[in-house]
Amino acid sequence: MAITEDMSVAANVPAPEQSSQQRHKQQRKGWTGQSLVTAMMLVCLVYFLLPLFWLIVSATKTNSELFSSFGLWFAPDFHLFNNVGDLFTYDGGIYTTWLGNTIYYAGCSALGASLLATLAGYVFARFRFPGRTVVFAIILGSIMVPNTALAIPLYLLLSKIGLIDTPLAVILPSMVSPFGVFLMRVYADQAVPEELLDAGRVDGAGELRIFWSIALRLLTPGFVTVLLFSFVGTWNNYFLPLLVLSDPNNFPVTVGLENWNSLAATFGGSQILFTQIITGSLVSIALLVAGFLFLQRYWQNGLSFGSLKG
Amino acid sequence: MQQQLEAERPLSLVSSVAPGQRFRRRRFWGRRIGLPYLFLSPFLLLFALFFLLPLGYALYISLFRDRLVGGTIYVGIANYQQVLHDQNFWSGVQNVLLVLLVQVPIMLVLALLFALLLDSKLLRFKTLFRVGFFLPYTIPSVIGALLWGYLYSSNIGPFRDITDFFHLPTIGFLTSQGMLPSIENIVTWQWTGYNMIIMYTALQSIPTDLYDAALVDGASGWDIARFIKIPLIRPAIIVTIVFSIIGTLQLFNEPQIMGTIAANVIQDHYTPNLYAYNLAFTNQEYNYSAAVSFALGAIAFAFSYIFMLSTNRREQR
Repeated sequence: MAITEDMSVAANVPAPEQSSQQRHKQQRKGWTGQSLVTAMMLVCLVYFLLPLFWLIVSATKTNSELFSSFGLWFAPDFHLFNNVGDLFTYDGGIYTTWLGNTIYYAGCSALGASLLATLAGYVFARFRFPGRTVVFAIILGSIMVPNTALAIPLYLLLSKIGLIDTPLAVILPSMVSPFGVFLMRVYADQAVPEELLDAGRVDGAGELRIFWSIALRLLTPGFVTVLLFSFVGTWNNYFLPLLVLSDPNNFPVTVGLENWNSLAATFGGSQILFTQIITGSLVSIALLVAGFLFLQRYWQNGLSFGSLKG
Repeated sequence: MQQQLEAERPLSLVSSVAPGQRFRRRRFWGRRIGLPYLFLSPFLLLFALFFLLPLGYALYISLFRDRLVGGTIYVGIANYQQVLHDQNFWSGVQNVLLVLLVQVPIMLVLALLFALLLDSKLLRFKTLFRVGFFLPYTIPSVIGALLWGYLYSSNIGPFRDITDFFHLPTIGFLTSQGMLPSIENIVTWQWTGYNMIIMYTALQSIPTDLYDAALVDGASGWDIARFIKIPLIRPAIIVTIVFSIIGTLQLFNEPQIMGTIAANVIQDHYTPNLYAYNLAFTNQEYNYSAAVSFALGAIAFAFSYIFMLSTNRREQR
């Protein structure tokens, strides 16, 4: 309810009756138009934030209040800390394991993906070599191939080499980021001046040294962008871990929570409580949303490379 | 102006591979092919192992069939012929095409509208809207689907409370008629902000002096959006369309989660991707499943390729 109240308040705020009377008529028209548009956008904002608001509210309720009280407002008892406690102690603290797995998978994949993509993007941007055009076209084309066509054969291949149900089954495939290579090529084209590399070459530095101590430094912002994207990509991934992992101790949060959800749906809350799933969702989202808000700049950078220079 | 348009044109993903000419003077570096490939080798190795190999393998096994008697035999394109006549596959394709024709246009028009408003003087609290609209994208789609599943449900969801309070009939979000719009809503909720940001960043890079000239000529804000802004961010819009086509045809997470809540509505072939998954992991029909995924991949590739061809052609005119 707080949200809707805010909305109406904000919609009424820009009513500059006294101040604008002396000003141009046109400007006044601009003000009303502005408040109208802003009010409409606030309605949309309510839509986009509604599930999150519901999630926060619901995480403070007991399981029975979840069913008995109105969904979009707090119940009399504040039960959040009990819920969080229950979440982390259920089944020997398996949620902590899942959270750890998610961070581990996402961290390794992101680091690997961005390193590989940076190296590859740099080479495509700054070296001419036979096969360059063809190889790059194949990598780009792979962006358009649906994951599905890949996932099931990937599963079969991984099981043949005995990687099924190991962390590597998630991490290694997630390190391949064609989109990352594409971004880094575009970025390196702008950020690494040929002349600087030549200066290094004249000074007799080896190519690896030049990459490591000149190029990589210039490429850092792009590197961080790819890092963020792959981190979130792996953090949010569901299909791949669902396919290749079967031991609950190896699950990331997404697969674990969905497992709980189907337990709850099948056994009607006797095996697992809805509050646990809800609190578990909130905890895993909170971490990522906080990270996103801190690192906003890099997000926008990345998205703009991807669309503009495509 | 014209030059800038030219520069932004090679958006169509494949055509942007134009090799630069200005590096010719340093051709002797180009002769050293060992070094570039050495640098590329870590990526190419994993790319071959986890992209090319599975793709080739899928194609390979899709040409075989498991027999109860006689083991696995080569059947050529028989599996694909079976896919062509498979009602389950086509009903799934029909569902995702409906999403493609209904949800994707709604989402992209909204995203464009939001992006134009963020870029205009018509809006206050811009950061709030930019961040708030984008936030759903950072939420794992599984959790997003779980959340909406709860919101839709008639026992813990708030919509039931609201309709009951006003003595309105309960909305059947999870019925067989309501399911597809419900799924479309989840996708719209999750991806509108993402597409908005792509278009918005493109808008931000347009030099503002372009508008000044138009303003002097008496153009309205709408004219500027219609005749300057939208044509200039065409490449970004095309990117969002292509990604939406690919993503929509692959729809999996949302229907799968909805299936655990409303099992009687979501059949195992509700979307082609779900069908391929269930074929492989419920029925152990790996060969046929590979054929189904490959057929879906071919459809998605064809759709995005045809779309990009048509936009290229229109640009050439």
